[in-house]
Amino acid sequence: MIFPALFFYLFSAVLVGSAVMVIASRNPVHSVLFLILAFVNASGLFILLGAEFLAMILVVVYVGAVAVLFLFVIMMLDVDFAELREGFLEYLPVGLLVGAIFLAELLLVAGGWVINPTVAKTITAPIPGNVSNTEAIGLVLYTTYIHYFQVAALVLLVAMIGAIVLTLRHKANVKRQNISVQNARTKAAAMAVRQVPSGQGLRESDAAEWVK
Amino acid sequence: MTIGLGHYLAVGAILFTLGILGIFLNRKNIIVILMSVELILLAVNINLVSFSAFLNDIVGQVFALLVLTVAAAEAAIGLAILVVYFRNRGSIAVQDINMMKG
Repeated sequence: MIFPALFFYLFSAVLVGSAVMVIASRNPVHSVLFLILAFVNASGLFILLGAEFLAMILVVVYVGAVAVLFLFVIMMLDVDFAELREGFLEYLPVGLLVGAIFLAELLLVAGGWVINPTVAKTITAPIPGNVSNTEAIGLVLYTTYIHYFQVAALVLLVAMIGAIVLTLRHKANVKRQNISVQNARTKAAAMAVRQVPSGQGLRESDAAEWVK
Repeated sequence: MTIGLGHYLAVGAILFTLGILGIFLNRKNIIVILMSVELILLAVNINLVSFSAFLNDIVGQVFALLVLTVAAAEAAIGLAILVVYFRNRGSIAVQDINMMKG
């Protein structure tokens, strides 16, 4: 069929194009939007490869969480981005040089590669044909790779606690509710009944003593 | 016209190179540097998933899931550090970031 090939070229062309725009765009908000486009197209590639679960996770986690986090931070920080861009052309030659060397090396490796025929015997968990991709991942992720799964959960926990600890701050001039002090107040500490002498009214010496 | 493993690996290689290039070009803008790191991790994921699909081994997809986790954690911590740095200094210029001692 011609359609898988067509969609492969469509997805990878848009993916590479939007990746170029991520690093070349003047406005970081545009960069984030192109990053979202890149992730959506990468998830299209994953669907072509038969990894539907990872494709959906990519859309949910990246587009739904990480990219929106980037957007929030960019809009929250009031930064002069034009100033940050100076030096773009200054670093362009060395960047292109390193990039070209890197790409040439990678493509040389990709061009000269061949799969060792013994690899087929060492496959640990073949993809089962009769279940869906999500179920196939679940069958190994929660059994053979349960410790990796738990370590990933710990990484996320540490990241969450770290982000909260880093960004939480207590301002000195903000009045907060102190519940234990509130509960410790008794009637005797909170109020007093005073007898004002009839016909004399409140004297200033009394007021100074009462309002302590 | 059939699409093989090499095609996917080439896309991954190009994406990885673009990520490296982004780190070099945007030396002052740490937000774009973080986005380039995300691109690099996406390239790694494409490699893992394509090997998993073409070698018929599900472990590659499990590993891609773990890479995804680490990438999300890295983005969260990186942006948190960025916010704290901006609060202290009022800018996010990378070249002064070595003043952040301890």
